[in-house]
Amino acid sequence: MTTAVIVPGADRNLKNRTSLKQSVQNSFTMAYRGLLKIKRTPEQLFDVTLQPILFTLMFTYLFGGAISGNIASYLPIIIPGILIQTVITTSVVTGVQLREDMNKGVFARFKSLPIARIAPLAGALLAGTVRYGIATVLTFAMGYIMGYRPGAGIGGVIAGGLLTILFAWCISWIFAFFGVIARTASSVQGISLLVLFPLTFLSNAFVPVNTLPQWLQWFVSINPLSHLISAVRDLANAGTIGQDFWLSLLGVIVVVAIFAPLTVRAYMRKA
Amino acid sequence: MIHSQTEEFAVEATSLVKTFGDNKAVAGVDLKVPTGTIYGVLGPNGAGKTTTINMLTTLLRPDKGTAKIFGHDVVGEAQLVRQLIGVTGQYASVDETLSATENLVIFSRLLGLSKKEAKKKAADLLEEFGLTEASKRPLAKFSGGMRRRLDLAASLIAQPPLIFLDEPTTGLDPRTRTQMWQTIRRLVSSGSTVLLTTQYLDEADQLADRIAVIDQGKVVAEGTTSELKASIGTSALQLRLADSKKTADAVAMVKTVLKTSAVTFEGGLITAPMSNPDVVTDLLVKFRSNSIHLSEVSVQKPTLDEVFLTITGHGVEDNKEGETV
Repeated sequence: MTTAVIVPGADRNLKNRTSLKQSVQNSFTMAYRGLLKIKRTPEQLFDVTLQPILFTLMFTYLFGGAISGNIASYLPIIIPGILIQTVITTSVVTGVQLREDMNKGVFARFKSLPIARIAPLAGALLAGTVRYGIATVLTFAMGYIMGYRPGAGIGGVIAGGLLTILFAWCISWIFAFFGVIARTASSVQGISLLVLFPLTFLSNAFVPVNTLPQWLQWFVSINPLSHLISAVRDLANAGTIGQDFWLSLLGVIVVVAIFAPLTVRAYMRKA
Repeated sequence: MIHSQTEEFAVEATSLVKTFGDNKAVAGVDLKVPTGTIYGVLGPNGAGKTTTINMLTTLLRPDKGTAKIFGHDVVGEAQLVRQLIGVTGQYASVDETLSATENLVIFSRLLGLSKKEAKKKAADLLEEFGLTEASKRPLAKFSGGMRRRLDLAASLIAQPPLIFLDEPTTGLDPRTRTQMWQTIRRLVSSGSTVLLTTQYLDEADQLADRIAVIDQGKVVAEGTTSELKASIGTSALQLRLADSKKTADAVAMVKTVLKTSAVTFEGGLITAPMSNPDVVTDLLVKFRSNSIHLSEVSVQKPTLDEVFLTITGHGVEDNKEGETV
């Protein structure tokens, strides 16, 4: 048994708040936990490994000729589009897994520990970025194999990839919210895909916007994903940072500002 | 004086209420747990034990009433309270897909230990709880008893002065149960206070210094184990005669000496209520002088089962199912 005598409760000098440093540390420990779990069940990485390869192949050969005349000139348009679609779809999984995790007893312990309230959520979301990273690398690699030579070189590609990962992390707060309020993992998947489907397809990911009917053009132009896709195209193909970059950045900051507190509050209320 | 209060009581709950829809799970619970003791909360399934624990451990916010842990409010100073408690829930609250070591390292890291300290802590605790051999196996391969032990080990990382154990031995075999009891006793000897819930009457009897009997969301009795037993009456004296032919004489003597008429003879045993143990000496002397020889003398104490029956007016099995919270 522990030989050290336990310090009596009344003699302890304690604070009733969590420092920012502790919050960050706790979140990283929870992320480490998420990575350990991926290591134990690597089959859960199927979606981020197979989807980028399959979609890039399918959509490029399917639409390339019709939209851009040939495959080579379509690649700079579709690779950023597919990248965003894949990575954002992957961010749904973060919410689904969070729900699965929360249904287990271990989350009761996390709640009873003197750790930052946000850590179990932030950690899960942070571990998700590894998945986004894998999807990003694979999509660009697949594009390269098919002949995509980004105009801005490796630097632009890395910048575009990082922006995508950051964006996906911010968006995953929405799905984390669904994850916290939903009862089952499959319902999280259902709701999330319902939101995502129109957002990813009704964007400038696959087709030039000017071919669309007026009302749809309007939707595409306010769709935050369109701005993100344009921003990544700017970065990877031309190496420039334009209005779309700042708009998408602003957009996701707003998303986090709304959904992070909302999610944490819902999480705390659920026993 | 506030200071002496905080030292005296590890838990002080006043009229705690929690309602789920129409179901008043906890309907005004008062608890005072003295520091350094094992306190048992005894009640059947659905009595409100777990809900009470969840409020005391900051997992649930009480609808009404207040609770203080070492003088700190569970709602207003929740984060502070969490630094003073260790919680082992009814269901193992450890990560199934990870190994025992990984679990303990993660909890240790969360509690602010460095990587090196966390590894050492995990190894020490696993050793202490006899889990070293199984430390690298995923928990899916653990037995129920091993899982409980790991769960308890995880609650002890921060060496909290107050430990909550929600039905620590439910579902364990008798041998593992005894091991768990020993572990709990050791905890208290190192200075911790333990609050445990149980539906096993003998468990509360074995472990707890004080017991609160809880039924339908209310504390229906509170006191030391012997106080509770005493409250439902006296012990019984049981005698077996060497020569059963002298039964009638013996019964008559018991009646006169113990001054009671409620003497029964059943299965070769004479049973009589014993309100004053002192007069038993007189009885034995009288037997000797009348050459009545005994083959067996025993004292039967009332069991907690009887206590429970007497206090709540219904047996433990009588409770409706589906009330579990």
